Amino acid sequence: MIRSDIIKELASTIKDTLTVCNIGLPSQEMHMIDDQPSNFYMLGTMGLASSIGLGLALAQKAKVLVIDGDGSVLTNLGTLPTIANNVADNYVLLIIDNGSYGSTGDQPTYAGKLTSLTAVAKACGCENVIECKAEDTVQVVKDALAGDKMTVIVSKCESGNIKVPVITMDPVVIRDRFMKTVAAQNV
Amino acid sequence: MSVDDIIIDGFVNNKVEFITTVPCKQLGGVIDAAEKHPDIYHIPSNKEDEGMGLCAGAFMGGKRSAIIMQNTAIGVTINTLVTLTQYYRMPLPMLISYRGELGEPVACQAEMAVHTKALLAQINIPTYHFHRQSDADEFDKILKYTFMCNKPVAILTDASFWGGY
Repeated sequence: MIRSDIIKELASTIKDTLTVCNIGLPSQEMHMIDDQPSNFYMLGTMGLASSIGLGLALAQKAKVLVIDGDGSVLTNLGTLPTIANNVADNYVLLIIDNGSYGSTGDQPTYAGKLTSLTAVAKACGCENVIECKAEDTVQVVKDALAGDKMTVIVSKCESGNIKVPVITMDPVVIRDRFMKTVAAQNV
Repeated sequence: MSVDDIIIDGFVNNKVEFITTVPCKQLGGVIDAAEKHPDIYHIPSNKEDEGMGLCAGAFMGGKRSAIIMQNTAIGVTINTLVTLTQYYRMPLPMLISYRGELGEPVACQAEMAVHTKALLAQINIPTYHFHRQSDADEFDKILKYTFMCNKPVAILTDASFWGGY
């Protein structure tokens, strides 16, 4: 299974969940497969999906899912201690770990070599870290969203990409409809 | 009232409830005051761009946010300011210690100081410079301006403002 297979399987489960999508292909795939106002698409700024999601989770009550990648987490590795030390039990970080920088042509990341992001997250103090196979990801995400415990999921999958169109929606439109959805989930 | 308390009261009076910080020697007092204030959620960041991500999320979650950092951070946050904060039109007050100005004991700090205002100007960030303590009288208006126009706004605060090293 590759990342787009996981996102396809996940789409119906997270339809109404506030979802922060990582830059590049994860956002483009989510947008193509099931565009929802509850999705915040990152059009730039590699690495910050987990931070945006954490800020969002700390600021309001609804559940927040971040769909991140191993390359982006490595770019912003300082995020994991911040997550561990600022527990938000409405926060689920899904790291789709395909061991490569997918959006830029599948160059290998260190997460596909000797570095285990699961071990790194645990060492940073994250209490609830689950590593799973790609095939089990939907169920693990479902359980994490149903629970009330901050969870970091590292889903190990194969690298590879499908053809997807770029997102042409204006960033202010993405932000505005997302914020209206956030507000509606907090009445 | 100490200048640290004036700054923190300004944030609180403008309903800024979420503040992220990356420390600087000059900012020790204001960071302590943020940590102690019951109406502020203080979340230290490991790097300033990470902090701007946290602030973006908090803002979309309905909480006004701000970042406190050193001017050297301008060198590492240009991309985030442009492609996140500005591109999505989000307000972000940035209280910045302006190292490398008069009274600076560390020569290397002058190297970023000479670029700070030029970089901020290059990316069209409204910039204010607090040199005397009375300059803080405008802090309230600057915050109101920031949340009126949905832009990142820089408030440079030099050593003279903080009372020296």
